[in-house]
Amino acid sequence: MNPSVITIALAGNPNSGKTTMFNNMTGAHQKVGNWPGVTVEKKEGRLQRQGIELRIVDLPGTYSLTPFSIEEIVARNFVLEEHPDVVIDIIDASNLERSLYLATQLREIDCRVLFALNMADMAQARGMKIDAEKLSELLDVPVVFTVGNRGEGVEELLDRAIELARQPFREPKGRRVRYSPDIESAIERVQRWLIENGSGRIPYAPRWTAVKLLENDAVVRKNVFAALDAPELRETLESLINEERAYIEDRYDDDPEIVMTDERYGFIAGIVKEVVSVSTRKRVDISRNIDRVLTNRFLGFPIFIFLIWAMFELTYSVGEIPKGWIEAGVDLLKTLFERQLADGWFKELVVNGIISGVGSVVVFLPNILILFLCISLFEDTGYMARAAFLMDKIMHMVGLHGKSFIPMLMGFGCNVPAIMAARTLESEKDRILTILITPFMSCSARLPIYIVIAGAFFADKAGTVIFGIYLVGILLSIVTGRLLRTTLLRGQDAPFVMELPPYRVPMMKSVLIHMWERSKMFLKKMGNVILIGSIIVWALSAFPRMPQPAIEPMDAEPKAMTQAVTPEVDRDIAERAEAQHKILQTEQSYMGRIGKWIEPVFLPIGIDWRGSVALMSGFVAKEIVVSTLGILYAYGDDTDAEALSRTLAASGMTKLSALSFMLFVLIYVPCLATVAAIRRETGSARWMIFSMVYSSIMAWIIAFLVYQTGRWMGF
Amino acid sequence: MNEELKMSLLREGQSARVLRIGGSGAFRRRIFEMGIVKGAEIYVEKYAPLRDPIEIVVKGYHLSLRVEEAADITVELMTPEKAA
Repeated sequence: MNPSVITIALAGNPNSGKTTMFNNMTGAHQKVGNWPGVTVEKKEGRLQRQGIELRIVDLPGTYSLTPFSIEEIVARNFVLEEHPDVVIDIIDASNLERSLYLATQLREIDCRVLFALNMADMAQARGMKIDAEKLSELLDVPVVFTVGNRGEGVEELLDRAIELARQPFREPKGRRVRYSPDIESAIERVQRWLIENGSGRIPYAPRWTAVKLLENDAVVRKNVFAALDAPELRETLESLINEERAYIEDRYDDDPEIVMTDERYGFIAGIVKEVVSVSTRKRVDISRNIDRVLTNRFLGFPIFIFLIWAMFELTYSVGEIPKGWIEAGVDLLKTLFERQLADGWFKELVVNGIISGVGSVVVFLPNILILFLCISLFEDTGYMARAAFLMDKIMHMVGLHGKSFIPMLMGFGCNVPAIMAARTLESEKDRILTILITPFMSCSARLPIYIVIAGAFFADKAGTVIFGIYLVGILLSIVTGRLLRTTLLRGQDAPFVMELPPYRVPMMKSVLIHMWERSKMFLKKMGNVILIGSIIVWALSAFPRMPQPAIEPMDAEPKAMTQAVTPEVDRDIAERAEAQHKILQTEQSYMGRIGKWIEPVFLPIGIDWRGSVALMSGFVAKEIVVSTLGILYAYGDDTDAEALSRTLAASGMTKLSALSFMLFVLIYVPCLATVAAIRRETGSARWMIFSMVYSSIMAWIIAFLVYQTGRWMGF
Repeated sequence: MNEELKMSLLREGQSARVLRIGGSGAFRRRIFEMGIVKGAEIYVEKYAPLRDPIEIVVKGYHLSLRVEEAADITVELMTPEKAA
């Protein structure tokens, strides 16, 4: 057999170094997409080796193939239905016993499996010696030693995978899980029935199917029953399974699936005993020592809060430097086009619509890069799990799960991937609840708005004010969580069973790839949503065209010249006239009309028609709010935020209305992409609408309370 | 025979052997799959700063679970000599 394309699937536990391995194999040649029908991230990479094209698919990290979570279902379905040529199971050598659980499950499915014993150096450091040959012999599976973060063993692994793919498939002869005689006989009976009645129709290997049916595996059951067309066959199978399950339950006094899990671990314990020799029990465990500090009873929280604060400081202050360079670049581009293009609506579209619109957003790329860098670091070092560990008690009081903290924290970056990250929650209610409160986590797209407004009104206290806004968001999510837990989403909490993986020094390459992937999403959004949004907003504000006013600036210019006024005064007059015209233009444009029409709703919270228009445009993407403000306040042809800040301050916005505006931005309807993600992830348009309505009302109420109280107090 | 007690009553630094796992459904299965099976040795590494969840070492790795969940697991205390 000499296939031209070999598909290799990478399976493994979370934190087994699978992603690092994948990055090492494929480098930058990755395609990130979604698994069909669901939004679990699917990573694929291609490479050439020995004249063969290798297609490497990174399966979601799972502890087992029991279809509990979406990740597990996706991983199992890929192996079962797409028949990859080889499945490489990345086994964390320092965590052999638990890793072998997934490995035995993979072995039970008939597919070509190859084990990568990863991070054996770490296992050795912890005093564990693994006899790979013995393991390979016992399970009849090729085993390769690898050190993922140094790229060791990757070449050999790929060669062995190609070799394996070329061989015809054979049942592994080695030891497979043997259950106790009572269970084996039950498996035997179901298996025999399947061969006699369903051969050729049932999509999976008979023994495995029998095991899964006895375990009451919902997915396998559904598919097997669907494959049996005769109703009486279905009935006999149903009663056979029930009978056998009752038989096992009777003998072991427990559910068959539990008994079988137990026995699988018994089998694994036997293997481990034979292949692992532990030299010393006393060991130096750096990770443990780090945790003594980072999750310390007294130091844990202060450090946690410090790290979160540092993340925002870094994002806000360090990001300002490259931001200045990009601003300069955008200005240059504008001047260039201004000179090159002839006057008219096309020039306005390019300069005021496209370059200003996209430009005012692209300047925030450095801030966003830094934020994503920090989040990637948290994830790759293993601190994210500690954050969940520290926060679970608090999250639990709110009716949430410690794991909800991770999507919520990611929400500070971008709500869209954050909402996707909620899939790690197993219980549907927890998932929906987390999804609904995540938009209150102020995403990085909202940050530019705060930077501009807080910068204009609170000067050197801007950082503190922004921090406060973020806190309000967190507080609101807690209140909302509690509220929904006691009303719409009442019910049992999901268990909090979470691994605390050892701390790792993050690999620069992984962190950068991680960061780049996420920033790419931001840039892509720039390319389409924001570009289109900017054009629409510009068009709404530029049409209908207003005839030039009676005292036309065009006329004023030559007149002024003949009167020999100094050039400075002349320019001043022309500029003022032009600005006047711009404001008039916006005021009577479609957008101005909409804004004025809706203004009564926003006036009680201190926002005028221009603010309301900007807020409405923010539904497309929050970043657009800044550029809309820019267009509406006609602060000249400068993209830089400072100019906008000055104009805003001059236009009658007060500190109080600025605060009200920022709070409204924080709380009201999330952007289009987020709303779409909510729809997709909750699987219901009802939750999407609920989220939109709830957040808008909440935003108005909070802004109203703050603004009116502030006024009453005399601010 | 050592005394039987709930895992949630263990103190930091104590070792124990799992005797029974209560609870039901997905939670129970997950507990088993993560390696907390009958006869497994566990070591209480620490409690979180707010006394919940609990961090244990099982099968050589660190796992956290809530105190109320740990209350579903019955263990027998191992004497320090045995745990060493």
